[in-house]
Amino acid sequence: MSEPLIFNFDVDGNDFTSAGQASVQIKKNLRQLGLSPETIRRVSIAMYEGEINMVIHAGGGKAQVQVDEEKVTIILEDNGPGIKNIEQAMQEGYSTAPDAIRSLGFGAGMGLPNMKRYSDEMNIESEVGVGTKIVMKVFLQ
Amino acid sequence: MKISTIKELIGAEVLCSEDSLGRHVYSACGCDLMSDVLAYVKDQAVLLTGLVNPQVIRTAIMMDMVCVVFVRSKEPTEEMIALAKESGIVLLKTDKRLYEACGILYSNGLTSNKVKQ
Repeated sequence: MSEPLIFNFDVDGNDFTSAGQASVQIKKNLRQLGLSPETIRRVSIAMYEGEINMVIHAGGGKAQVQVDEEKVTIILEDNGPGIKNIEQAMQEGYSTAPDAIRSLGFGAGMGLPNMKRYSDEMNIESEVGVGTKIVMKVFLQ
Repeated sequence: MKISTIKELIGAEVLCSEDSLGRHVYSACGCDLMSDVLAYVKDQAVLLTGLVNPQVIRTAIMMDMVCVVFVRSKEPTEEMIALAKESGIVLLKTDKRLYEACGILYSNGLTSNKVKQ
């Protein structure tokens, strides 16, 4: 496998109930590739939290997952409001999500910290008013 | 603890994946906050919750959970049941409250909480 395998997804920002569909799909794809359950779980949880974030904060976006011989790379891109203070956003419990989201089981300020917890590397580029790009890498065991 | 034992102990009704009642769970999580559930990986766990939306099932799928219990007689939607069925997750419904249902399972030996960071 010299060229990475690439999976692309559009994340619909209009419907919270459908958020996470791409992550469920990628879990199936990675299983078919025979990756270890631990790796699959880490990738899918990190992507799921990212997907939820895009729906809550950015009105949706695009997700791409690349699989090569040594790692899985998750790239999440949106044209949302951007993150004003990334350091603050990374703190567990810090949230700017509206109350309505909390009654749905999210918005407790755990999304970004969980994404960091489950990936080996995470990089956030964000510009207020322009959008956010998050790249996460999970190395194969 | 077998899922069938959980069903008996909390007087639950099986909503789907009845053929998986013989599977074992080794830990449990009682929570309405899905991000907290996602924060700590437990192996072959059961999730007890009062939250009813498709994200509960997707969270269980992401965490490789084997069973979800809805407390206070909360009724999952058809969409949620279909999603759980597809992944072989057992859905149970009990009239007990979250605290009581968790307490019954805990006092009957489902105490382990092997958290993997």
